Amino acid sequence: MTEAKAASIPLAVEFTGGLELLFSNQRKHKIAIPSKKPDGEPSNVGDLISWLCDNLIKDPRKEMFVLDDSVRPGILVLINDADWELEGEDKYELQPNDEIVFVSTLHGG
Amino acid sequence: MYQTSEIDANIARLRQQIAGTEAHLRQLKVQLSRAEQQAKEAHDLGQTYDGGHPVEWQAETLAALSQKIGSSSRLHEDGIPATTPQHSGEPLLLSSGDVSSPSSKGRWPLSTEEYRRYGRQLILHEVGLQGQLRLKSAKVLVVGVGGLGCPAAAYLAGAGVGTLGLVDGDTVEVSNLHRQILHSTNTIGIGKVDSAVDYLNGLNSLVNLIPHRAHLTPQTALEIISSYDAVLDCTDHPTSRYLISDACVLLGKPLVSASALRTEGQLMALNMPPKPPGDASGGPCYRCVFPKPPPAESVVSCGEGGIVGPVVGVMGVLQALETIKIIATGTVDRADSNGKTSEMHSKANEAPAPASPSLLLFSAFSSPPFRSVRLRLRRTNCASCSAQATITEASLTSGSLDYVAFCGVTSPLDILAPHERIGASEYSKLYRSSPHILLDVREPVHFELSSLPGAINLPWSECVAKPGEALLQDVERLTQGREDEGRDVLVVCRLGNDSQLAVAKLKQAGWQGAVKDLRGGLRAWRQEVDPDWPDY
Ligand SMILES: [Zn+2]
Repeated sequence: MTEAKAASIPLAVEFTGGLELLFSNQRKHKIAIPSKKPDGEPSNVGDLISWLCDNLIKDPRKEMFVLDDSVRPGILVLINDADWELEGEDKYELQPNDEIVFVSTLHGG
Repeated sequence: MYQTSEIDANIARLRQQIAGTEAHLRQLKVQLSRAEQQAKEAHDLGQTYDGGHPVEWQAETLAALSQKIGSSSRLHEDGIPATTPQHSGEPLLLSSGDVSSPSSKGRWPLSTEEYRRYGRQLILHEVGLQGQLRLKSAKVLVVGVGGLGCPAAAYLAGAGVGTLGLVDGDTVEVSNLHRQILHSTNTIGIGKVDSAVDYLNGLNSLVNLIPHRAHLTPQTALEIISSYDAVLDCTDHPTSRYLISDACVLLGKPLVSASALRTEGQLMALNMPPKPPGDASGGPCYRCVFPKPPPAESVVSCGEGGIVGPVVGVMGVLQALETIKIIATGTVDRADSNGKTSEMHSKANEAPAPASPSLLLFSAFSSPPFRSVRLRLRRTNCASCSAQATITEASLTSGSLDYVAFCGVTSPLDILAPHERIGASEYSKLYRSSPHILLDVREPVHFELSSLPGAINLPWSECVAKPGEALLQDVERLTQGREDEGRDVLVVCRLGNDSQLAVAKLKQAGWQGAVKDLRGGLRAWRQEVDPDWPDY
């Protein structure tokens, strides 16, 4: 049990701006993903995105979330309330209880 | 039957337009008689008190008398002020030389009316006299007079922004009115800019309103924006958002950008401070935040996705607030003769605040509803605001930048063979006579609004992620006890897109029976068969 806990990293993930429609129409998800990649390196946000595509997305239109191995244009990734570009983008190493928000930009007005 | 209804609809529309125009005429007549009455009073006052009435009193009395004058807007050309600005503080109705006005001679920095009108904000140190004078001398452009632009323009005019430009090429529709608060039932069919000018004149005739009755284009954007000090992006599509941002960077204008959809909104101040391209201390532009446009099929309009009125209203009000903050604090000054906005140095020793860009997220049904997040600074390879910028005034005005192509266009979905589809008129002849399963794949909220008799609701959003097997089981379960309807399926949706996907999926899963979709969805049904079908 403790081993299993050590092997995974708890995260709070949120989808907004319509992205929640791809994830069972649920905005907030409490998840735990493997804390290390197969090669032993700590998991980063890029790994989280892959994990979400393999495990959490319900809609078959995955291209509305990822395109060319990253989030599609028009989606901002926020790591603890900051643009992920301030934190190293997909290379940011996940810490327990990090809050990762995926925001689809809106255009209506 | 159909033709009669169409004529009826036309008559109703014409009646509505006549009513709207008559209402406007009545309004103008009221304004005229009010103005005539005030002119008479002013004249009488001048006669009665000539020489005996203290100069200060005369000015104040006349200023009070002149408060309610509005003016018509439609007589004015595009780009030309729609009101006569009365900024000097001179009483409106005095012919020159009758009475000398103390305020016009600079006894007080604002007119009598201005003190009264803006008193509640004048006594705040965040605004104060200097802030009010800056607002008065500021020129602000609101691009898009819809759900964001209406509340934004109302608050900017209310606050006494001296010159307010309004850009929009659309006309008012009844479906705008639940959120676009400057328009009214009487202005349906009228240009949004004219409708807004009417309202804003009534709200505050001291504001110099400038109508621009067309959508912004790459050819017109620079010329229009250059004569303003700050810009609000209140538009509803990525093409205009990139265009406005590029133009603001080239001209050195701060840009307050907002958007809204369904129950959510987003707000950013961009190019703030508005430094020249290549100056890393300037605020990021729209391209810094979104270097690549979203796929066209991910762009959802308020018409398609829906919008809660106060949600977009909140965002428009926040845009006005952000603009008032930028102007009143003296962060940017008026445009100089070259159209560039220079930074204000009135706070002599204060260095201009460095860029600390943020994005405000509003989600009306979440708790907490607001979240502010830090954004990146300028991108060193930004196509618009970096030292390597490729977007220039020339590339913009020459039309070589194709924003529509850049953002992409969606072509209507067309994945079925012609024999797999049926037109609305054809279906109207068959739907009572030939037994079939009628599957409506819209969301339950749509289905609840109106549905065809006997239709079964199976939302596509629930089917889309399911394996084909499960979808077949769903249809079997929903059609139990309705065996007399046979095995043929007709799929309908709102516009005829999801219905095609559902037909393809049912066929692929191996449904035993013919499967077709209603071409053009229930919109085509309304247009071709049943004009009373709810239009939402
Ligand atoms: Zn930029």
